Amino acid sequence: MLIELIKTISGTVIDVLPIALIIVVFQVAVIRQKMQNIAQLVIGFLYVLVGLSLFLLGLEKALFPIGRLMATQLTDPAFIMGDMLGAIPGWGDYYWVYLFAFCIGASTTIAEPALIAVAIKANQVSGGAIGVWGLRMAVALGVAIGIALGTWRIVAGIPIQYFIIPGYVFVVIQTNFAPRMIIPLAYDSGGVTTSTVTVPIVAALGLGLAETVPGRDPLLDGFGLIAFASLFPMITVMGYAQGSAWLAARAGGKAEAGHPDDS
Amino acid sequence: MTGSLRDLTPILVVVAFFQLVVLQQPVPNFVDLIVGTVLVLLGLTFFLYGLETSLFPLGEGMAYAFAKKGSVFWLLLFGFALGFGTTIAEPALIAVADEAATVMANGEIIPDTEDSRESYAAGLRITVALSVGMAIMLGVFRIIKGWPIHIVIMIGYAVVVVMTSLAPAEIIGIAYDSGGVTTSTITVPLVTALGVGLASSIRGRSPLVDGFGLIAFASLFPMIFVMAYGMLY
Repeated sequence: MLIELIKTISGTVIDVLPIALIIVVFQVAVIRQKMQNIAQLVIGFLYVLVGLSLFLLGLEKALFPIGRLMATQLTDPAFIMGDMLGAIPGWGDYYWVYLFAFCIGASTTIAEPALIAVAIKANQVSGGAIGVWGLRMAVALGVAIGIALGTWRIVAGIPIQYFIIPGYVFVVIQTNFAPRMIIPLAYDSGGVTTSTVTVPIVAALGLGLAETVPGRDPLLDGFGLIAFASLFPMITVMGYAQGSAWLAARAGGKAEAGHPDDS
Repeated sequence: MTGSLRDLTPILVVVAFFQLVVLQQPVPNFVDLIVGTVLVLLGLTFFLYGLETSLFPLGEGMAYAFAKKGSVFWLLLFGFALGFGTTIAEPALIAVADEAATVMANGEIIPDTEDSRESYAAGLRITVALSVGMAIMLGVFRIIKGWPIHIVIMIGYAVVVVMTSLAPAEIIGIAYDSGGVTTSTITVPLVTALGVGLASSIRGRSPLVDGFGLIAFASLFPMIFVMAYGMLY
């Protein structure tokens, strides 16, 4: 296990090396200013490295194997059809898959470190108006809806652009009605949601589905879940801000529209 | 630590429910599950501690230093380098690029040899890294100029829609996914802090309205570039 840990840490170090290099080069060659608290920065950076390595190692040991296993088991025709094995399953027979997609999308998003980071920053910058938990729950709901819908798309065999393009149109329209301060954050939350925790399990789910559903090509239909998981959080985060603004306005409180109160 | 436990509880509940109730199977490797969960808990706690003491101050400190220096050129170059450098080595991107090459070989769009697959995957990786570099650069420029983000994003969406109708069908799913995979756990806090720091050090910019949005650009541009790559290749 120690060997695995060292392997994971060195892998993380290699990933981080380009970033560290760029920062050092610009710091030394361009900014040419002594950094303050350099010891603290380096120690903090080490914490990030070790933390991320432990996190990845733990996921690889505990959650990914079982997540992948469950994705295969749930999409297995023998499980889907039960005793009616041999019949061709319709899209309605995959209800456990949709529910699993929804739950795993929401729960992995809650544990996503990058999202926690953005939520903390948004909370600081907004002076507490945007709640850390409110934002994370809104994003989690968006990912859950996105992945559930994405799995249904794979089962039903509908081209992905029929979902993504109307989704964009919806985002564009909703942008005109959402409080202005939430818009950049909502757009960001689309990209933030899908990193270390969500992608491996969700990719396994998509691939498992595309392999077992009759008439689907894993290479063509297995992709696209990440795109769904990046689109829907935009809608739910704007919806969250609109909802809080509406509640604040209805309560007649001091909070103006555009400054939703999370408390 | 208790916060990290709270973050992880939903996954454990979902996994337990589906394994025990729906699939009705025992949990395999119970010890590994416990050990792994403890590691994840520790890791998340360390990461969040390092975030507040290192990544956030680093990103903001660089943003202030560049703003004080007042050189737009170097700032844009830094944005590009950060976007390009963090993406080219991203493991998720390497995996997606390899898979994309296999799809293309199966679809007989490129010859099914190892050489052509490898060069296709390498080209795709460079394309995506370039697109993220340019995205961060444009995003930084937007913060300096104070352009409203939704206008830029809407133009980007329009381009995505037009490209979708022109690009080969095989590339579309990959292109849409590539937007999401480029933003890693270390890049996101760093880039967010950079944007927020920049917006708060430029007079007349609000950190909330102008500071966020860099990640959104970094998710949008790869879609456009990957579809273009699919059309040109």
